[in-house]
Amino acid sequence: MNTNAIEAQGLVKIFGDNRAVDGVDLTVRTGTVYGVLGPNGAGKTTTIRMLATLLRPDGGEARVLGYDVVRDAAAVRSLIGVTGQYASVDETLSATENLVVFGRLLGLSSRAARAKAAELLEEFSLTEAAKRPLRDYSGGMRRRLDLAASLIARPPLIFLDEPTTGLDPRTRNQMWDTIRRLVADGSTVLLTTQYLDEADQLADRIAVIDRGKVVAEGTADELKATVGAQSLQVGLAESGDLGTALSLVQQVFGTAGTVAPEGLRITVPVPHAEAVADLLVRFREASVAIDSVSLDKPSLDEVFLTLTGHAADDDTAPAGPASDHTEKVNA
Amino acid sequence: MTTATLAPAPSPVTPRPARIGLATTVSQSVTMAYRGLLKVRHTPEQLIDVTFQPIIFTLMFTYLFGGAVSGSVAAYLPLIIPGILAQTVITASVVTGVQLREDMDKGVFDRFRSLPIARIAPLAGALLADTVRYVVATTITFLTGIVMGWRPGGGFGGVVLAGLLVIVCAWALSWIFAYIGVIARSATFVQGVSFMVLFPLTFLSNAFVEVDTLPGWMQAFVNVNPVSHLVSAVRTLANEGLVTADVGWTLLSAAVVVVIFAPIAVRAYLRKA
Repeated sequence: MNTNAIEAQGLVKIFGDNRAVDGVDLTVRTGTVYGVLGPNGAGKTTTIRMLATLLRPDGGEARVLGYDVVRDAAAVRSLIGVTGQYASVDETLSATENLVVFGRLLGLSSRAARAKAAELLEEFSLTEAAKRPLRDYSGGMRRRLDLAASLIARPPLIFLDEPTTGLDPRTRNQMWDTIRRLVADGSTVLLTTQYLDEADQLADRIAVIDRGKVVAEGTADELKATVGAQSLQVGLAESGDLGTALSLVQQVFGTAGTVAPEGLRITVPVPHAEAVADLLVRFREASVAIDSVSLDKPSLDEVFLTLTGHAADDDTAPAGPASDHTEKVNA
Repeated sequence: MTTATLAPAPSPVTPRPARIGLATTVSQSVTMAYRGLLKVRHTPEQLIDVTFQPIIFTLMFTYLFGGAVSGSVAAYLPLIIPGILAQTVITASVVTGVQLREDMDKGVFDRFRSLPIARIAPLAGALLADTVRYVVATTITFLTGIVMGWRPGGGFGGVVLAGLLVIVCAWALSWIFAYIGVIARSATFVQGVSFMVLFPLTFLSNAFVEVDTLPGWMQAFVNVNPVSHLVSAVRTLANEGLVTADVGWTLLSAAVVVVIFAPIAVRAYLRKA
């Protein structure tokens, strides 16, 4: 039996003159979590929609559990669950009604659909809110219901498009636990995310996608190695010291630092912790006055800068809804 | 979330057959219609156009034109009730297109499209659920008329047949609006275009006045307008219990609309869905 849940070669999707997805290759092994990491507008959602048969690729081909997403779309649909970026549930209906309708559509009898709905609501701690219309639901509850709806048929492959975007940290952790349980039970999960730590926490392998292309692929550790395990941020007290500070960074770390727009903050990947001490000593010797020092896990910004040579929120990147890319993922 | 473990691992991969049979398609369409009715139950304000509107229109038009057109309100009722009925129920069919467009713009539609169901089920379900709206509109219009003193000479049977005829026509017309709904960019556009078509069609008919009071050129249009045939058919069915040639013309027009618009609506829908 095929051990790959997804095999995609050269997927292309063009909207007008925008090559939203421009030759994406993905291989996802059965029983793993695969993370597709990238900023807004990178092509993550478009890729997932093509794999989930919601969009027809303009080029390339993809097989899901051995079935072609175009030729055998109906077979693919019976093997997948899709949880969209915007909750794919009916706002006007209650949680129970939503799940019963989906269950009935999947061929369950009325009684079985009700039982399944009750079971899933219990599982996702939504029993108390089961009768309320979704209008009154919080973002987290909606996402949970959305995921519950994707699990009615227990599909072997589940697509999650930014499952935790907009959720508070506690709800995000709950969602992570649920995803881990799904995988422990044998499902394969493909998820997209803007957060490096989310991919880090959940995914066995990660593809970094930018402007419709996969720019890096590997385990979280492999990716982090490319940007350094941590990054150092130094805030300078005087902008006049910038030139001296940058050349010292280059000498000690062997890599160039990047300067924040206001011209006072330098960010640089740290090769090893000892080098930080060396750098600070050199700053003191050169009388570079510093305002703040912090060590951070690499952010998506740094991964991007390293892998693509431009920032994730670069103006030239295809426009998407505004989001806070500069957020430190470990904040 | 609870710590309960999820159900056992998915069973070995066995996709459902690619072809979905007729029985399954029908049952999935019924489920989609059930969903439509659940929506109505949660947002009863959706029914305003088939509940309060017929009451207000019937009262308004009857008292406004009754004296001028027929000499008295009582004499006008047999003329106006079938007219109002045709106008209200036909107008109600626009909602099919508007709601379809709104639905297709929502996230939930992605789920329907990712489920292994008949592609046509959401469309068929919407059309099916809307017949309930037509039944409501028909019942309320007839009841308002009866309360106002209308005594249909065709008896219960004639009235029921007249109501059924109107419902069949509205259902046929809803295919036009379903088509507009599928191809339109926004729900507002659907509403705008549909009313632009319907206003002349319903008012330039014999729904509110006797045809021989109209100028000649307008009579020519009114006489070929299918809505006039529908109104005449309803009048003779409800007031006299007679099945006239107008019933045939009406059903023929409805059939023509379905034959033309059902295939193009379905095709446009499948291309998008």
